[in-house]
Amino acid sequence: MITHPLLEATENQAKNQGKVKWKEKTKSSDMGCGLVDTLKRVELALRVKSIPYEYIEEDLSNKSPLLLHYNPVHKKIPVLVHNGKPLAESMIILEYIEESWKNAPRLLPEDPYQRAQTRFWASFVQQLFEAVLKLVTSKEEEHEKTIEEAYEKLEVLEKGMREFFGDGGRRIDGQNLGVLNIMVSAVLATHKANEEVFRVKIVDPERFPLMFSWVEQLNEVPLVKEVVPPHDKVVALLHFVRENGLNPSSS
Amino acid sequence: MGEELKLHGTSESPFSLRVVWALKLKGIPYDFVEEDLFNKSALLLQYNPVHKKIPVLVHAGKPICESMIIIEYIEETWPHTPLLPTHVYDRTIARFWVKFAEDKGPAVWRTFRTTGEELAKAIKESLEMLEIVEEHSLGDKKYFIGEKIGMVDIAFGSILYWLCVNEEVLGVKLFEPHKFPRLHKWFQNFQEVPVIKHNLPNRDNLIVFFKRRRESLEASVA
Repeated sequence: MITHPLLEATENQAKNQGKVKWKEKTKSSDMGCGLVDTLKRVELALRVKSIPYEYIEEDLSNKSPLLLHYNPVHKKIPVLVHNGKPLAESMIILEYIEESWKNAPRLLPEDPYQRAQTRFWASFVQQLFEAVLKLVTSKEEEHEKTIEEAYEKLEVLEKGMREFFGDGGRRIDGQNLGVLNIMVSAVLATHKANEEVFRVKIVDPERFPLMFSWVEQLNEVPLVKEVVPPHDKVVALLHFVRENGLNPSSS
Repeated sequence: MGEELKLHGTSESPFSLRVVWALKLKGIPYDFVEEDLFNKSALLLQYNPVHKKIPVLVHAGKPICESMIIIEYIEETWPHTPLLPTHVYDRTIARFWVKFAEDKGPAVWRTFRTTGEELAKAIKESLEMLEIVEEHSLGDKKYFIGEKIGMVDIAFGSILYWLCVNEEVLGVKLFEPHKFPRLHKWFQNFQEVPVIKHNLPNRDNLIVFFKRRRESLEASVA
């Protein structure tokens, strides 16, 4: 089974005239714009399950008709195409991957109650993502307000994850990442780059020790390292995006 | 399952109602705990410390929050009378539309709470949501996933019922049959399903309730 994640341009900003392409040549394939976290989620999930895929990058200023056909509702990335059938929305794609490839490792727990809890927290991490996104796409004057929103979410996560994982703490199995690890990697792996460019502490190790150490541990996982681009590249991309008034995200 | 099942909610909440529909469609017995939203019970705050909101389903003492996450849990725990298609791809499409309802539905709730420019914006967004669903989702199917009612119908059903109530409150036609013929037909079919028909809050009561709320809202803004 060959799967093709079609990567599409984010919604066109009216002012954006130029093309933005970000390619890193690796041994096996071209890696695209790692900035787009929702894309990273899908990539991580596919890699965790050892599902072979082909990655196709699109030009940011030129929406392919194929993509518009595949995702007419949002016209956004990521779109996963399996056997010619398209699927949009990253969390939903993760659920699809989970159900279609029943091989280990599982992305979601077996027990329905644990699954409900995982879905709840995954949706909360999504809200954190939206708060961080607001921060990086808002004007400097609004930063103080938007960072507070992100802190609120982080506080809840800090407390909630402590309870969720219990006293045993969290041992990350690099081969068995699961949805929550994937979501947190995708949203927060590049937090230091964001902090450098926007000159604001997001995952403050003093305020959010659990979240901070969780992200540090995740960033050591080989699979995560394969998908998340190095710090300098992300910083450069963020600067570029900022200067050109682009919106770096998608669904 | 034989274990205790309680639903904490309110009679006027569209989110509570979704869970009621799911439980009743599957014929699952449960106890309903009516919460007073101005005086939330200690139990509710303990069960949902993050959002402090209803509905919360408590199964054998374990709480689950968020209406659509609760319904997924119900679906997995009691798989009879499925609310999702069996085929994986179709299930995923169903989940996409449930998410769409969750993402865009709030525009409808905003039409209850806003005035002036904000109200106009909320109305515009609500109509955009309806347009997309009309065009891209239903097709010629009786319900969102085919011949049987399911999760997507439940998600949109509550949104549309409340939207229609607000049309009366605002005195503005939003869900027009000639603009949304498929949705209209679907909504009629939906309301005729016996479980739904017998578990809809009284429309007139809701209208009176929300008219009063709107009056005080407008008075406070004037």
